[in-house]
Amino acid sequence: MLRLENISWNTPEGVGVLRNLNLTVPDGKLVVITGPNGGGKTTLAKIIAGIYRQDSGKIYLNDTDITDVDITERAKAGISFAFQQPVRFKGITVRKLIELAAGEQMPLSKVCDIMSKVGLCAEEYIDREVNSTLSGGEIKRIEIATVLARHSVLTVFDEPEAGIDLWSFTSLIKTFEDMRKNINGSIVIISHQERILKIADEIVVVANGSIQAQGKPEDMMKVLTENNAITGKCYKQEALF
Amino acid sequence: MNEITKDLLREISEWDGSFKGAYNIRENGQCAGRVSSKNIKIESKKDQPGLEIFIAPGTKDETVSIPACVTQGGVDDLVYNDFFVGENADVTIVAGCGIHTETGEPARHNGIHRFFLGKGSHVKYLEKHVGKGHGTGIRSIDPVTDAELEENAVLEMDTAQIGGVDKTIRTTNAKLGAGAKLYIRERILTEKEQTAQTEFHVEMNGKDSGVDLISRSVARDNSHQSYHSVIVGNAPCTGHSECDAIISENGKVDAAPELHARDNDAALIHEAAIGKIAGEQILKLRTLGMTEEEAETTIIDGFLT
Ligand SMILES: Nc1ncnc2c1ncn2[C@@H]1O[C@H](COP(=O)(O)OP(=O)(O)OP(=O)(O)O)[C@@H](O)[C@H]1O
Ligand SMILES: [Mg+2]
Repeated sequence: MLRLENISWNTPEGVGVLRNLNLTVPDGKLVVITGPNGGGKTTLAKIIAGIYRQDSGKIYLNDTDITDVDITERAKAGISFAFQQPVRFKGITVRKLIELAAGEQMPLSKVCDIMSKVGLCAEEYIDREVNSTLSGGEIKRIEIATVLARHSVLTVFDEPEAGIDLWSFTSLIKTFEDMRKNINGSIVIISHQERILKIADEIVVVANGSIQAQGKPEDMMKVLTENNAITGKCYKQEALF
Repeated sequence: MNEITKDLLREISEWDGSFKGAYNIRENGQCAGRVSSKNIKIESKKDQPGLEIFIAPGTKDETVSIPACVTQGGVDDLVYNDFFVGENADVTIVAGCGIHTETGEPARHNGIHRFFLGKGSHVKYLEKHVGKGHGTGIRSIDPVTDAELEENAVLEMDTAQIGGVDKTIRTTNAKLGAGAKLYIRERILTEKEQTAQTEFHVEMNGKDSGVDLISRSVARDNSHQSYHSVIVGNAPCTGHSECDAIISENGKVDAAPELHARDNDAALIHEAAIGKIAGEQILKLRTLGMTEEEAETTIIDGFLT
């Protein structure tokens, strides 16, 4: 379980981005965060991962206060974060990156298992460098794979659907559903996609740096489509291609 | 052959008590073993220290190793090696150099290699340089490589110097005939007070010749590297060079690429990037559970492989 209490964060220039935000992600639940561009979702994810340090507020992981715990230690405690904009590494192969994520060397079959969850054929990719020759969709899937390789108690995916084609998207949804069935931890997905919103246990709308609405998908879908005033246009109905 | 030489040989070549194929081992300026093969003849030069290596036309899949080791301070080894590669031969040349000193005296190896690649020949050239030992004496390795590639010859050079060498000046000159291709992969890591200077001069004189030069380097501590490449396109040709450097602590890197197009159909490209490790890269690896130091080492090791 993850609990955020009264989290505030300002940009280095002093502009308020998150304002007294409170959020609980219960064990074994899939929480989807949505909301307009620039609303503070990625900032919130970075605060959970320890990449940004909140100006005030507290963070608890399974009732342990991790407010002052750094990125490395949070990762070791089981927090994983799939970046909205994945980072590239010259000279590091896909296999190596996945092994670094898992913290161990892996037999090919295991790397294949993980890669297939993101719809990639391991044999075509494992020896490729995680450099700029990978396409946007490829690097995004590899980013997700690095997180799937870890043993996490809380995983945050930041717009995992971005740049991923419709065919792979279906299998990605299945991966998230499987994860939810098999997890003993929690999952947070930041997303604008209707199909991801629909598989949530709970949808949270973040706009203007705080939570504007929260609830079950069946109740929230209505709020999201009807109440543009609160949320702006913050999710896309299923696009074709 | 002394024990230090054996250790150095293991690092710089495929030596495991013996070599596959023809070889010559140079130890402190002396020959410590030589074997020629049916197709690869190694002979001493008459007028200068060094070797003449004759690779017969059509030789296929053979390796020749010519490692050089300096195992003590006070040695200043200068050697001239010439390789004559026959038409359509396809071989691997392993030419590493190891320097070890336990004293305050300098130790240096200066290898001047000339390659004459016959028509259609293909050479893979591997060169690994290491510096070892606890002595304060300056370890220098100053290789000079001159290559002439005839029609459709291909030379692939793969060179690495990952720390340990205090001072190095590496000079590579090449002239390419029609259809000839030159591929260079260079990796250098300098640390402490080390300096490394790299000079490339490539002339593409024949139609459809091409060069691809990729240099990756890391300058740590107070070390200093400079990179200077000159690519001249005198014919319809393609040239590409890429110099990527990571600096950390007080490391300094100068990069000066030059492109000279002397033909209307010469297509030359240069890319250069110098900077410290991207903060995002460290953050990503930390989210996988690494410390900042572990992340840096992982990024640098990957970059230099
Ligand atoms: N390091 C930073 N410096 C300055 N401003 C920042 C920084 N990080 C985030 N911001 C600002 O904070 C606001 C929230 O950004 P954030 O990335 O959290 O939005 P988001 O909800 O993830 O948007 P999107 O849906 O477009 O991904 C934006 O206005 C952004 O410009
Ligand atoms: Mg975002």
